[in-house]
Amino acid sequence: MYDMKELYEAFSVEEAVKLRVEHPEAQVIAGGSDVLVQMREGKRAGKELISIYLVDELRGIRIDEEENIRIGSLTSFSHITKDPIIQKYINVLGEAVDQVGGPQIRNIGTIGGNTCNGVTSADSSSTLHAWEAVVELTGPEGVRRLPIKDFYIKAGTVDIREGEIQTAILIPKASYENTYGYYWKYAMRNAMDIATTGCSVNVRLSPDKKTIERARIAYGVAAPVPVRAPHAEAVANGAPVSEETVGKFALAVLEDINPRDSWRAGKAFRQHISVEMARRCLRASILRAGGAF
Amino acid sequence: MKDQYRLVEFNLNGKDVSCMVDCRASLTDMLRNDYRLTSVKKGCEVGECGACNVLIDGECFNSCIYLAVWARGKKIRTLESLLGPNGELSDIQQAFVDETAVQCGFCTPGFVMTAVEILESGKVYTDDELRKLLSGHLCRCTGYENILRAVKKTMYKRNGLEWKEDN
Amino acid sequence: MQNVGKSVTRVDAYDKITGRAKYTDDLCDNRSALVLRIVRSTIAHGYVKSIDASEAEKVPGFVKIFTCFDVPEIDFATAGHPYSPDPSHQDTADRRILNRHVRYYGDDIAVIVAENEIAAAQAARKVKVEYEELPFVLDAQEAMKPDAPVIHCELFQSNVLKHTDVRIGNYAEAIKEPGLICVDKWYDTQTVQHCHIENFICYAYEEAGKVVVVSSTQIPHIVRRITGQALGEPWGNIRIIKPYIGGGFGNKQDALYEPLTAWVCRKMGGRLVKIDVSREETFVNNRVRHAIRYHIISWVKPDGTFVARKLECFSDQGGYASHGHSIVAKGLGAFAKMFPCPNVEADAYTVYTNKPVGGAMRGYGMPQASFAFDCATEDIATALGIDSLELRRRTLMPKGFKDGFFKTEQYYDSYNQCLDRATAYIDYEKKHKEYAHQTGDIRKGVGVGTFWYNTGVWPISLECSSCRMVLNQDGTIQVQVGETEIGQGADTAYSQMAADVVGLKDYRDVHIVSNQDTDITPFGLGAYASRQTYMVGFSVTQTGKLLKKKILDYAHEMTRMPVDILDVVDSNIVRKGDGRVLVSLAQLATTAFYDTVHCDHLTAESTYQIKSNAYSFGCCAAEVEVDIPLCRVQVKKIINVHDCGNLINPALAEAQVHGGQSMGIGYALSERLIFDPKTGRVLNNNLLDYKLSTAMDHPHLEAQFVENPEPTNPFGTKSLGEPPACTVAQAIRNAVLNATGVAVNDLPLHPQNLYKRFCEEGLIKDPWQKEE
Repeated sequence: MYDMKELYEAFSVEEAVKLRVEHPEAQVIAGGSDVLVQMREGKRAGKELISIYLVDELRGIRIDEEENIRIGSLTSFSHITKDPIIQKYINVLGEAVDQVGGPQIRNIGTIGGNTCNGVTSADSSSTLHAWEAVVELTGPEGVRRLPIKDFYIKAGTVDIREGEIQTAILIPKASYENTYGYYWKYAMRNAMDIATTGCSVNVRLSPDKKTIERARIAYGVAAPVPVRAPHAEAVANGAPVSEETVGKFALAVLEDINPRDSWRAGKAFRQHISVEMARRCLRASILRAGGAF
Repeated sequence: MKDQYRLVEFNLNGKDVSCMVDCRASLTDMLRNDYRLTSVKKGCEVGECGACNVLIDGECFNSCIYLAVWARGKKIRTLESLLGPNGELSDIQQAFVDETAVQCGFCTPGFVMTAVEILESGKVYTDDELRKLLSGHLCRCTGYENILRAVKKTMYKRNGLEWKEDN
Repeated sequence: MQNVGKSVTRVDAYDKITGRAKYTDDLCDNRSALVLRIVRSTIAHGYVKSIDASEAEKVPGFVKIFTCFDVPEIDFATAGHPYSPDPSHQDTADRRILNRHVRYYGDDIAVIVAENEIAAAQAARKVKVEYEELPFVLDAQEAMKPDAPVIHCELFQSNVLKHTDVRIGNYAEAIKEPGLICVDKWYDTQTVQHCHIENFICYAYEEAGKVVVVSSTQIPHIVRRITGQALGEPWGNIRIIKPYIGGGFGNKQDALYEPLTAWVCRKMGGRLVKIDVSREETFVNNRVRHAIRYHIISWVKPDGTFVARKLECFSDQGGYASHGHSIVAKGLGAFAKMFPCPNVEADAYTVYTNKPVGGAMRGYGMPQASFAFDCATEDIATALGIDSLELRRRTLMPKGFKDGFFKTEQYYDSYNQCLDRATAYIDYEKKHKEYAHQTGDIRKGVGVGTFWYNTGVWPISLECSSCRMVLNQDGTIQVQVGETEIGQGADTAYSQMAADVVGLKDYRDVHIVSNQDTDITPFGLGAYASRQTYMVGFSVTQTGKLLKKKILDYAHEMTRMPVDILDVVDSNIVRKGDGRVLVSLAQLATTAFYDTVHCDHLTAESTYQIKSNAYSFGCCAAEVEVDIPLCRVQVKKIINVHDCGNLINPALAEAQVHGGQSMGIGYALSERLIFDPKTGRVLNNNLLDYKLSTAMDHPHLEAQFVENPEPTNPFGTKSLGEPPACTVAQAIRNAVLNATGVAVNDLPLHPQNLYKRFCEEGLIKDPWQKEE
């Protein structure tokens, strides 16, 4: 039994927005794997909930008219991983969310819930940052889109305004075209864990595969919200495919990240593994893009 | 709370049912209390141990963090659905018995239901893939060894593959 | 032996695989039960000054609150030990049903009774508590300092619950021998928890004036005694029923919340009350494995001969005594047995701290001790530049070793036999050399670890087992013992043994009564000390023979053949000389039940007091891969080899070993409870933050056996339940040493710990960390 004050159930986006307007204090619940856990802990006990879990129109993945990859916010992790569009264009996202918790969590967890939490450790978020995803929100005034880096305001807080729900995550064509990436989840065990640090890198190589045209990297748990590492990206952009580039790129991330000391892991340790992960992720991304060392 | 009890119609173990359920209830609460399905176990109530795992429309879910009202229109299967018409064990249950994969028995129903999802996919998985597919369940008795073996043997059998001891 | 020694199917397999097996919560009438929720202290040490429940009382569904000011003024002990009529051998009675003097963060200070779980949780959150705070201490050695706050000032002058020592020869003189090399090391083990998947749960109601408690316990008869003591009631007033339980591993070898629940039931006029302990509470408010720190100083000859050794052990007891000193004492006693040495000076201290309570956990102090002792041997070999496997073979308890106290012996060359099998499986000797001088980021290593264990608790405490056998009309029998099935397969082993003793064809002709009920089940002590198969072996044999004698006496009446020439074989009465079947046991039983001339219900019941013990041996060998930059260890290959005597059921024995290996892998690499130094609060009391191994964290688990028959036992068997958990951590630690040259002396070898050690040893050099 969950200690909720009220449960409002939406079955369409329209209903969800209406409920959001009517009950601004209520917490939106998608798959619930975080909200219900917090409610049981007492943190959200006694709150009103708006369930959008049965809003089926928010499920599914397609290429939209603008050639964006459009992921409905309630698409579960396991469905993202299995999706042919994801596998073809942004396989790394499927791989990243395939490392969330365990199989049952990947069936209930949604990409919308994972991002709306605003937590830095979310396995999808570093990849979405590294691929410059766009968040789509629907509210009483209509649809609003914003880059994912602007969606995250601070730890636990995202830019969802009154009456809005998140309806999709979009990956623009310019972002995914001819781009290959790799995600490394560092955790204390091989399943059922949250990331100690997560690192997602992707590259686009020159046609001769000798030069890195574009490198992007983002981290989870290297700062209060997922962050890009622009210094590292600057080192790699336009640089030759070489071990030297990889090494410089990895070290440069230290200028961008600011992990904290916690009982889960110390700052020095997180810095250490962040560099190592950057190294391994860039190498793997280059290899996937057809590059060689 | 207004409308504290809501009508939920769904299919449970092959039978269409309806239930007035407290909207604060988890699916675990409903299956255990309203339907007396004792195979659905409570081990952590936060989706970490897998003891309450059931199949919903063919996919595995920890019923402890699934609201009972979400059962609307779903096909829900628990371990109780696996027995044959004459009470005979299904192949995967028999494999758990034969491979000594059952000890205290508390995690067992959850594991078996995940095994059902694995087996119904019709695919043949490697050991590493099977370990990953089973990794949403914690067990303190078996070290997962005989559970893995039971699932793997059944997978081999269903796919017509020959089982060798060093498989 | 017709049934014993075969891998027959578990007797409870069908019930469990169909989900029908009833565990405590499945039996409780949850619609009528009142729910209990404990109000817990938010300080680690101090006194409750007052409790204000006025807001809690307003919660709809609130029924009642009882506080530490309401409970009986009776101090009681919770350890699941057999009782001793001698007060000097009794466990320390240092707690009440609810405690005013708070000894750890989360201590039980009040209990809410409510109509449902939501009301109980809401009310518990609204209770206001005023404390008088005292300083707290979270480390055993810190707690021994003169200025440390005394946690049980009512009973003790200091925090040392107990100190015992062992003296052999003359350590001070022996170390003067010229040419000795001294190896001086500290080893530290962490606090871990049992993590049975079924949390502790019990419910209580009154019937016929008695309190009936249905509980997820390993030790129903012992809990009856403790509950009676805690309530100040005659023990016969308490009835404990133990259904199937979802694992125990020692945590449920303690009275947990049965006394509280029984007491609240009484206070509520006998109404049905239930406590369903959450996972978060299980981690903090049940029992944990003691964190024990060891200091070992070894004086050895250059060839590795042990001349003199000193051992100090500091055991972190936490806030209450529970099993107390007996846990560290087990390792203390083992030190000079496992690795005999002519001059030993050994001391063990059990020290109260303001932490969760240390209790029994699979291995009872030996996972900690074996880790330290075996690592010390590895480190001595490393210091001397000699082969550590060879040093083990030379220094481990040899064949013929006699133990005057336990009155037992090392009858066989068990250690060498086990080591031979384990090292062959992972090709240890070749790989150990090959891996010794690797370079590169990813390195491999092999290691072995050894352990010692005994069987049961004689002569430290009472050992007995009682058994009842009842012949049914169809020639099958019921068997009841007080020794409990907790998942390990005990009921199946008992059935196999009983079938063979009585002469039944099939172990399924034994209807084992799985659930214990203290009003019905004969007295037995329960599941602990890896004792049950050994102990029940005696009581089943004795009782089976009594029943068989009655059967043969009746057969004599039926057949007119002298009893001496008759036997029960395959559920038939046979004439021994020619093997002819004279009458089936089924026919005999039906006749005995219904004969109008001589009707007799053939039953037997007896208690066997066991006055022997048996040593159990074995080892683990592991191969690991260490990713140095990522500070991660992966176990690639692992084998345990055990000499636990004859196997009653090889498949079940193997399964036991798997579980112990898994627990050992977690102990070695990832499991630990983390305490907030500022408050004493446990930070990771859930299954996400506490890193129990998943299926992805294991390689194939290989279990093998050396079956040397134990001469003292009717079935030639001895302990296996706990031993597999006692030997893994040292093997993995030694394998990491082989891979990297880095000795990690504190568990677990989790990434943060490895990062620290690899930095210290120069394997990791982060240029940007220079300033630190």
